Amino acid sequence: MVQVSLKRRTVASAVVLTLLAVGAAAVQAAQPARRGQAAAPAAAPPLELVTEHVRGNIYMIGGDGGNVTVQIGDEGVLIVDSGFAQNAQALLVEIRKLSKEKIDYIVNTHYHPDHTGGNAVIAPTGEFVGNVRVGVAPRAAIWAHENVLTRVSTSTGSVKEPLIPAQGWPSETYFTASQELVFNDEPIQLIHMPNAHTDGDSVVFFRRADVIATGDLFNTTMYPYIDAAAGGNINGYIDALNRIIDLAIPAANEEGGTMIVSGHGRIADEYDLLVYRDAITIIRDRIADMIARGMTLEQVQAARPSLDYDGIYGATSGFWTTTQFVAAVYNNLKQAK
Amino acid sequence: MYFTRLTRGALAALALVGGSAHAQVDLTGMWGQLVHSDGPDRGVGPDYGDYTGLPLSAAGLLRAESWSDQKWTVPEHQCEPHPIDYAPWGPAGMRVWSEVDHPTQRITALHQTFQWMITHRVIYLDGRPHPSQYTPHTWMGFSTGKWIGDKLVVNTTHIKEGWTRRNGPARSDKGSLTEFWMRHDNVLTITSITEDPVYLTEPVVRSMNWQLDPGYQHGPYPCSARVEIDRPQGFVAHFLPGQNPLIAEFRKNLGVPIEAAQGGAESLYPEYEQKLKAMIKAGKK
Repeated sequence: MVQVSLKRRTVASAVVLTLLAVGAAAVQAAQPARRGQAAAPAAAPPLELVTEHVRGNIYMIGGDGGNVTVQIGDEGVLIVDSGFAQNAQALLVEIRKLSKEKIDYIVNTHYHPDHTGGNAVIAPTGEFVGNVRVGVAPRAAIWAHENVLTRVSTSTGSVKEPLIPAQGWPSETYFTASQELVFNDEPIQLIHMPNAHTDGDSVVFFRRADVIATGDLFNTTMYPYIDAAAGGNINGYIDALNRIIDLAIPAANEEGGTMIVSGHGRIADEYDLLVYRDAITIIRDRIADMIARGMTLEQVQAARPSLDYDGIYGATSGFWTTTQFVAAVYNNLKQAK
Repeated sequence: MYFTRLTRGALAALALVGGSAHAQVDLTGMWGQLVHSDGPDRGVGPDYGDYTGLPLSAAGLLRAESWSDQKWTVPEHQCEPHPIDYAPWGPAGMRVWSEVDHPTQRITALHQTFQWMITHRVIYLDGRPHPSQYTPHTWMGFSTGKWIGDKLVVNTTHIKEGWTRRNGPARSDKGSLTEFWMRHDNVLTITSITEDPVYLTEPVVRSMNWQLDPGYQHGPYPCSARVEIDRPQGFVAHFLPGQNPLIAEFRKNLGVPIEAAQGGAESLYPEYEQKLKAMIKAGKK
């Protein structure tokens, strides 16, 4: 999820760049508001990071915009996503409670600043043992699909600054269907899910711990944000959910087994994915049926095709409302006709 | 005189300590179901479209009427057990046993399994808090219990999304459960209160009875999902709004007006009986 309009995002990026120069502590104090809070108060809401053990050497830190997954071991620390820029120092403190080892890797599931904002602060604190050419780099490597690099490094809006500072751009990218890593004696797969939430989504599959970090391809608290301007699409999103369901294997009684770290919300398992996949598919099918019957967007919105799920995932205010979600699905399907 | 005061003091202390422990009732054992008006749920299941007596919200009714039992042909859905708010109401005998802290001999937890898919629940009695919002939800949820006299009051949160009846009415993952466990001789009564801000406008209150049945034993209940019908990946069973032909059968067969079949909070109260009679008399469908 990203909680910012393009204009606000650019302004926010500029603020982050400026404040990084005077120190991360100042960043937290001075950042006017967390993104997405259009009528936000002058001070950001108090940050409350919560660390939960997922399984084995995998942890989840919630409360910093997007969830952050942390893998620890003798080789070092790998994190999936890095939260908001203004919370990066607090996130580092939380990571340090889990491990004092260096941070070798940051993996970004997509480009939105609530998942990449902390890159520029956290990467320089790490160390990455690269290949013969790189040697030992005095910063963590940042892995992502190549479209993430394109999007975070592109100027947007009237302020000619990239979305996040260059220090936080991915240093290692892939353009294929998947990318393999081995770290802390664990095989890790980055699997690209094309044109879903954005055009650069990856899920991160920790194969020994049997944990999947989905980024915003799955949330337990909100409807999918379809970032159409960045290549997102409802059908790609549902395809991605189905692929993650195929990767997950429950233990007994459709519970446990492969554990899922969602982009926003709680730790989950395959059943929670199913509930979400079913809900989004049903809403998509209803809107498709309404389009087939010649209904306009306004008529579809008035018919409330998501009524039975709005109490779980919907919102009437804030960055991504139910109205916007229904419109995004409608427009995607209309374009596909 | 001194001796008497000491004895009185000791007795008073004993009464306090012993009284506290003594107020607890032994809830352990094998319990078989006593079936009353809950027969359909504890047996073959309720009819398609029968939402009578459920305080469904508009969202709850749409969700129920969109439900299709073809869901159970999808492998990923096949091994779902009943969630804790429905499990005692559904088809299941149960076993209850206690966990004891040896030095203090305090009962720190009760464990509970239901025959239906051998689900295992823990009710913590040691005063621990409920976990954070980021903790996984489970079928049995996270339960803590507290004795009030000889009744055990159990609060459960973190329950996976489930159902209040197994013909479509859903209970969201925002729902919670409060139970009162009461033992009278060899009969155990559990009164449960299910709350859900999404799909219910009022709590669902139910009472269930069990008979102590020492000779009863659970059998194993393994479940392995498999493809029963070859379907495209991502198949989701549901009916589009207004297109479910099956929900009319119940009300047509029993002559129940549509409004009554759809439940609603009003239908929970005795006054509704008169309204129902009037609707039937007026020939309302």
